[in-house]
Amino acid sequence: MFSWLMPEQASVQAPRVDAIFLGLTAISAIIVLLVVGLLVTFSIRFRRGSKANRDELPSLVSREFEIGWTVATLFVFVFIFWWAASAEIGAFVAPKDAIEVHVVAKQWMWKTQSSNGAREINELHVPVGAPVRLILTSQDVIHSFYVPAFRLKRDALPDQQTETWFKATKTGTFHLLCTEYCGTDHARMLGRIIVLEPEDYARWLSAQPEGDDLAHQGERLFTARGCAGCHAPGSAVHAPDLAGIWGREVQLAGGRTVTADGAYIRDSILQPKRDVVAGYEPIMPSYAGLLSDGEIQELTAYIRALGSGPRASRRLGEPPLSSRVPGGPEERSPAMVPGAPVADTPTPAGPPTRR
Amino acid sequence: MTADVAESPTALADRGELALDLPESYLAAGYTLRSWLTSTDHKRIAILYAISITLFFFIGGAAATIVRLELFTPKADVVGADTYNKLFTLHGVVMVWFFLIPSIPTTLGNFLLPLMIGARDMAFPKLNLASWYLNIAGGILTASAMLAGGIDTGWTFYVPYSTVFSNTAVSLGVLGVFVSGFSTIATGVNFIATTHTLRAPGMTWFKLPLFVWAMYTTSLIFVLATPVLAVTLLLVLAERLFGLPIFDPARGGDPILFQHLFWFYSHPAVYIMILPAMGVISEVITCFARRRIFGYTFMVYALVAIAVIGFFTWGHHMFTSGMSPFAALVFSFLSFIVAVPSAIKVFNWTATLYRGQIGFESPMLYALGFVGLFTVGGLTGLFLASIPIDVHVQDTYFVVAHFHYIMVGASVSAYFAGLHFWWPKVTGRMYPETWAKFAAILMFFGFNLTFFPQFIAGYLGMPRRYHVYPPEFQVWNVLSSSGAAVLAAAYLMPLGYLTWSVFFGERARNDPWNASGLEWRTTSPPPRENFLGKPEVLAMPYNYHPEGAPPIKDQPRIPAQGSLT
Repeated sequence: MFSWLMPEQASVQAPRVDAIFLGLTAISAIIVLLVVGLLVTFSIRFRRGSKANRDELPSLVSREFEIGWTVATLFVFVFIFWWAASAEIGAFVAPKDAIEVHVVAKQWMWKTQSSNGAREINELHVPVGAPVRLILTSQDVIHSFYVPAFRLKRDALPDQQTETWFKATKTGTFHLLCTEYCGTDHARMLGRIIVLEPEDYARWLSAQPEGDDLAHQGERLFTARGCAGCHAPGSAVHAPDLAGIWGREVQLAGGRTVTADGAYIRDSILQPKRDVVAGYEPIMPSYAGLLSDGEIQELTAYIRALGSGPRASRRLGEPPLSSRVPGGPEERSPAMVPGAPVADTPTPAGPPTRR
Repeated sequence: MTADVAESPTALADRGELALDLPESYLAAGYTLRSWLTSTDHKRIAILYAISITLFFFIGGAAATIVRLELFTPKADVVGADTYNKLFTLHGVVMVWFFLIPSIPTTLGNFLLPLMIGARDMAFPKLNLASWYLNIAGGILTASAMLAGGIDTGWTFYVPYSTVFSNTAVSLGVLGVFVSGFSTIATGVNFIATTHTLRAPGMTWFKLPLFVWAMYTTSLIFVLATPVLAVTLLLVLAERLFGLPIFDPARGGDPILFQHLFWFYSHPAVYIMILPAMGVISEVITCFARRRIFGYTFMVYALVAIAVIGFFTWGHHMFTSGMSPFAALVFSFLSFIVAVPSAIKVFNWTATLYRGQIGFESPMLYALGFVGLFTVGGLTGLFLASIPIDVHVQDTYFVVAHFHYIMVGASVSAYFAGLHFWWPKVTGRMYPETWAKFAAILMFFGFNLTFFPQFIAGYLGMPRRYHVYPPEFQVWNVLSSSGAAVLAAAYLMPLGYLTWSVFFGERARNDPWNASGLEWRTTSPPPRENFLGKPEVLAMPYNYHPEGAPPIKDQPRIPAQGSLT
């Protein structure tokens, strides 16, 4: 019923959001009916010259009445806040076993790359029922990653990382839309999320041309950009060994500790003088401007692959790191070159293909 | 007060009107262009503002018309992408800064504030005129940005798009908004000083009409929030023109900082638009219900509470921008709290109707429409304050529909209510009532047809600022565009019949609505010095019936609120 008034529900989050939405709609409808009902009733009953009783107001209708409906309103509003906020708190943190997908937004396309190596443009294939953690960034202006069927939206900020996650509950093809105004072709910055059964997903993944996964690309960069000169085991320079640090607490000079996560690795590459590990000299130069966002993501993936932190566990159905053959990363989906002429029609996601 | 005055509803006014030695009206004080452009009379400055904001209203409206025309089909068939982006930016910038923010304060507020408190003019009449010139200067700068090719950033000027990536005339437009900001600051300072220093004898703070309270609280926001906008826009200009890295993340800046600064102004700016509307509605509903306002002190405290709490809710514009989840919860909570005083006002307006003697003249039709539209707009604000729903509908048409219900449905309805209510006082002429009633009803239905479908399209996932869109959203856009055609007709009608009435309308009596405010205790239109004598205030506002006694039909005006002696 009323399915044409509500977007499709295709994630764990969707029915929760819809429940709050429908609840709020019901409360609002009652309030609107009450207010409009009273306006109309009073307007008719107390129209100028009507015979209605206009004796002095009962003494109840006074300050007590006013305080009464103030408190009632406050109570209702705080209740809705608590209801919505508690649903939100439950969805803060992605499950530990989530598939990690890096999303890079740029005018006017989406590049996605799974930690298992699959790279796509304006598309993202995910298996149904598996949590997916999105790590978003942008190469130019602010964009926003919006999948209405998942009730999911998160801004992609330039030179910063934001995160969100989802778990698809339904196979099919769903809209991916940009919702932060980003220039000329903002309305054409569309993509598709394709949710597959796990076995279909495995088949799709194996049919992809063998490419590099992030960690292998990071490994090459680690040598090519000279990181290995200092950080490799046995180097003459006194620099921290990075093997096994992922996810660990790191003791910093000055007594603070910090968890070696993506943000910390990123900061250490771009602003190495800020959080120096205890017992080391601040001798590392900054790589700000020398490494792209994508390269930092690759280096981060490599460091994670070296480590034994909680996030580094291998995922089910994924070939081991060593099975991947190095090769040039190829972008498989039809490339959208920014500025290239585009047909002046929207690219609809098409009807969902259910299996 | 003598007994014979109370016997005839308009005794006092008629006596004044019959006298032939009345001072000339402010309109007769000079007929040259120069006499208008150099006038420091708050009433003439209000007219100057009315002309300029009407011009801007129709510029912004024309842009919106093309936008709605384009959205009739999912394809781009009227304008291309860049033109569309410039059109919605033009619509937003002009409507927000050159129509909505100045609308009620600088026209009705300028005209009525001194009259309502029994003053002869503003505290700083020259500053008042200067503020109009600042507004015009800002308007010309922004209009020249339009002629220089337009701006394509959206009215929010989000960085780094506006500072680094946009190739359009952003600097000129930003400079225009910056300059016009000083106009509103000047107006705010003037209103605050006037309210503090120029109240007539007996006009204590808690005898002020709610419209004056609304102007006072709005002025506080003008003065406290607008400087933040000025600073923010200067930083944008510094980065765009001189390359100073402030917001550009590629050079160590923070684009989110801009959003915090921008919304620290722009959320209170929403209350700049709605508080004056609440003031107008309080005046109109009491007059046509012939009742004292229900819960005067609560209404005052609600205005103050909205103005104060409104400063602490800006973060709800940024739930999806990656703010700390705990900060998001705090902003969500405060956004719910700020809705409470608004709800109280709706209940009190409704309760004011109870046991009244309700008439349905056109200002009252607009006012009743306001209460309904404001209720819908306010309640959908609760949806957006709920984080999980906001994550889904942020930057979709749901948000567009919500803020149009508040800023157009409510504020513009209230502006038209006030315009019709005080038209006889301002121009000395009556407008054709049948046309006015028809326009009011047409505006209400046109508005709902335009914007209600957008709630549905938004929840279904249609993003804003799209000129092409997935075809499944077309049905909602067709409804919305059809409504926009009705709405455009409804907005053009008052332009026609009100202009007509200035020249051919029936002469207005001094107090055609038999209203209680001090502004009706003088001639229509008022003389340059506003009052014939020295006004003195003896009773509470909205003195439509004796305290403790019910209102009767054709209640004689109780001459206690003010006198001309």
